[in-house]
Amino acid sequence: MTQSNGFKVIGTRPVRHDGVDKVTGRALYGADVRLNGQLYGAMLRSPHAHARIVAIDTSEAAAVPGVKAIVTGADLPHVGDQIADIGEGAVNLRHLSANILAGRKALYFGHAIAAVAATSLTAAQQAVNKIKVTWEELPPVLNLRDAMAAGAAPLHPDVFTDELGEKSTTPSNIAEHLRHEKGDIAAGFAEAEVVVEREFVTGTVHQGYIEPHSATVQWNADGQLTVYCSTQGAFGVRREMSEILGVPISHVKVVPTEIGGGFGGKLNVYLEPVCALLSRKAGGRPVKMTMSRADVLAATGPTSASIVRVKLGARRDGTLTAAQAWMAFEAGAFPGSPVGSAAGVILAPYDIPNVVIDGFDVLCNKPKANAYRAPGGTNAAYAAESMIDELARALKMGPIEIRLKNAAREGTRRADGPVFPRIGFVETLEALLHHPHFQSRLERATGSRRRGRGIAAGFWFNWGGTSSASAQVNPDGTVALSEGSTDIGGTRTSIAMQLAESIGIPVNLVKPQVVDTDSVGYNDATGGSRTTFATGMVAYELGQKLREELIAHAARQFEVEAAAVRFEDGAFRTDGKPPLSYFDVCGALRDTGGEIVASVSMRTKGEGPAFGAHLVDVEVDIETGKVKILRYTAAQDVGRAIYPPFVEGQIQGGVAQGVGWALNEEYLYDKAGHMLNAGFLDYRMPTALDLPMIEALIVEVPNPRHPYGVRGVGEVPIVPPAGAVANAIFDALGVRMTELPMSPARNIAALAAAGVAA
Amino acid sequence: MQTFSYRSVSTVEEALAALASPTARALGGGTDLIPMVREGRRQADLVVDVKGIPELGRLEIDAQGNLTIGAAVALHRVYGHPEVARRWPGLVDAASLIGGTAVQGRATLGGNLCTASPAGDSIPALIVHGATLIVAGPAGRRSIPVAAFCIGPGRTVLGPGELLIAIQVPAPRPRSGAAYLRFIPRNEMDIAVASSGVALQLDAEGHIAAIDVALGAVGPTPIVVADAAALALGQAPSAEMAAKLGAAATAAARPIDDVRGTAAHRKRLVDVLTRRAFMAALHRIG
Repeated sequence: MTQSNGFKVIGTRPVRHDGVDKVTGRALYGADVRLNGQLYGAMLRSPHAHARIVAIDTSEAAAVPGVKAIVTGADLPHVGDQIADIGEGAVNLRHLSANILAGRKALYFGHAIAAVAATSLTAAQQAVNKIKVTWEELPPVLNLRDAMAAGAAPLHPDVFTDELGEKSTTPSNIAEHLRHEKGDIAAGFAEAEVVVEREFVTGTVHQGYIEPHSATVQWNADGQLTVYCSTQGAFGVRREMSEILGVPISHVKVVPTEIGGGFGGKLNVYLEPVCALLSRKAGGRPVKMTMSRADVLAATGPTSASIVRVKLGARRDGTLTAAQAWMAFEAGAFPGSPVGSAAGVILAPYDIPNVVIDGFDVLCNKPKANAYRAPGGTNAAYAAESMIDELARALKMGPIEIRLKNAAREGTRRADGPVFPRIGFVETLEALLHHPHFQSRLERATGSRRRGRGIAAGFWFNWGGTSSASAQVNPDGTVALSEGSTDIGGTRTSIAMQLAESIGIPVNLVKPQVVDTDSVGYNDATGGSRTTFATGMVAYELGQKLREELIAHAARQFEVEAAAVRFEDGAFRTDGKPPLSYFDVCGALRDTGGEIVASVSMRTKGEGPAFGAHLVDVEVDIETGKVKILRYTAAQDVGRAIYPPFVEGQIQGGVAQGVGWALNEEYLYDKAGHMLNAGFLDYRMPTALDLPMIEALIVEVPNPRHPYGVRGVGEVPIVPPAGAVANAIFDALGVRMTELPMSPARNIAALAAAGVAA
Repeated sequence: MQTFSYRSVSTVEEALAALASPTARALGGGTDLIPMVREGRRQADLVVDVKGIPELGRLEIDAQGNLTIGAAVALHRVYGHPEVARRWPGLVDAASLIGGTAVQGRATLGGNLCTASPAGDSIPALIVHGATLIVAGPAGRRSIPVAAFCIGPGRTVLGPGELLIAIQVPAPRPRSGAAYLRFIPRNEMDIAVASSGVALQLDAEGHIAAIDVALGAVGPTPIVVADAAALALGQAPSAEMAAKLGAAATAAARPIDDVRGTAAHRKRLVDVLTRRAFMAALHRIG
């Protein structure tokens, strides 16, 4: 039956295809892999934040019964000392390699140093404890200001500042300085009647996926490598394995398992190359390694701590005339923080004629920053949206009013270059404006409690990328769909729904599976909010091909031209003959021309930029500093909600992570650079008891460049929360919180500094 | 994780014989011990499971109204006991805060005491309820006031081979009330940043006849606020009195900066929590 949105499948709520396996515990995740003859790996990790590795003695470890192989950085092909005569790519590859197993130096607490494979995990761990490393400790660089200070000791001899495209001549901890410019910044501020400026600081945070990294690798005698792992992108793992190990890409097959969350942190390999080296040394026996939670927090993931300064200028009527942003992001031990995407995001929601954005990618002795859901977006929007709030208050304008007045629309050019196609920021703000939450009055609290309401907006680019899939129609009418996009957020179902819609059949007839890299065409990783958009576009094309073939088969059965056959409401029809059911045609495929199989591979274009606007009510206990989230409404233009419960889930999940980042999550290090809270007890993510039901307000401004209007959903919702919560705290207390997390102790200190007594 | 042997015992004598080995450790619920061994923070070659000893599983109120809680009684039995909940509310506040529901099915007050964390929730609550501990060892049995049990983080007065048998909590005094409050940044899955337990008795005129205040997570051991009695005895209970006790708690606290909180914030929190626990205890006096 066709719904009010004009579709039969899209927008419905079928049972998800992976649901039964997941709720019954049958789904196989990374750590569930178990192969014949498997060995167990354990890793020695650096106890120092920065230290030269003078020597590694593995003799006692090798003598532990059951030990089959030991590897160190020396076993990797790309950790040579020479820095001359090599290009950018070689430098990057050496960094990638040195993050897998340290070369001459340990660069952060938890950096992998050596690994053991043994017949039991206990033996492997005992052997790890017997590896003797001679260290020469070096002073660590632990924060942005120290790393950027003139004369700071550089972490690497081969990192030079890329200063607006020019390379510096001496090594530096500033790997890159980038700038976006638009208009005339001086003229813009001269035109402004009100100017606000402030600096914000954010802490290092982790993606916090439930499933720890796990990999099992077999390096066969014939040179073929098989990798079983939980990853966002099996083809990316294949490429990195090939590069890091120096083997042909065709020698690597990656078999993706189910994945228990990634949020960007499972795009790159950590354990896989080490397991491979161990397997080769152990005579080709498969080697499995699984991280502990402490390993995950200390050595994978995090996203950058940052300093972000924002200056805004506006006329009295609220029109923004100029904006300037300066931001420095911690890259960790190797270049590559998300400062670039942060610079693209920070002022994107607004049409501002004169803009300068400076970004710095800065090295320090912390784990290499990895992507985290809208990388850099939360840091950037926290600062920018706090300043939009401050400006609105200075101008006595409403928070939605000022955003609507300056909202980016179709045709607005971003400071980083692109011109927006059709976007739905205005519609998103208007949806929030008319929502009962915004229309409600916030009841004031009594005693030591203060309440406040905050709003923030957020933008994310979204991405297209390459996807491939194949499908075949079975004689029983089911359609087997083989895809290569890791299913993190329910995409097996959202892609199957687009295939079903395209063919014109019920979604329960589609049997989707995510297959290995030898069994499907190339797919970029599940990231950038691309899968429902791009693999969905592939599914649409597949569906059109299958539908055309099915009509051809029906035509042969009817003995008419294909152009005379229609497929509607589950039946093939032609004038003057009784209809053939879909199942009749499928059952007769062998006799009407053979089985139907189709493959599609697309380098997609036309991804849809997307915006969210969040509204939150908080209550602050001014005696303890604790913040309670009372009510949260998140509006977002999703283009088209293929499977509304997953869209709501993505929005709620993004908000939950953003609120955790805003209130309590933060890496804590001592002065020597040892991580102090590498566990979920003291790295405080929110629990179910820390959040109210988060209302997702789905706005649909279809992306005209996608057959079903999809934009991408997953990343936008983590961009606004920190800014929204900070603005709500300001509303409650009259204190502008300029550092994340806004923890109880920090809130009390800020209240005291502002002279607000409990 | 270190490998260890496991032995389940059914009598105190058996337990003491097994615990004579210096590398043996008693296991109650195991919700502290096992994670600590796994993370290398405690060594154990032999783990002696004492849950099978009947005396350690007793939960009884005697004819005089005194409560005995065996060292291996799981928390859910403590807070799920209607009479215990009615008579010793401060203890129940604490017992229901330790861990989540699943942990409370295993974890014990005995274990919480013997872990001797400065932040252990049961300890300030047991102190203000005037509890004493029965301990058995190679030299026989002895009793120790809870207030004297902890001597440092992770350290107690238990001697080599000694085993905690039971906790004895005296019957509540007439016109008395108690409360225990802690502060955590989240609403679950956290360890106290600071805590305060208050027990209070009023005389027939409504003046304070007895008061005990004990603090958690603001020193190497739980801290008894010694000044509380001098400030409060004979006085009327009031918000002003609560504020005085809060200030005394801040003065008594010896907190440090650590991963869970700052010293400055903790000093402030014991003030707030003591005031609030005092008012809650007062409200509980029927």
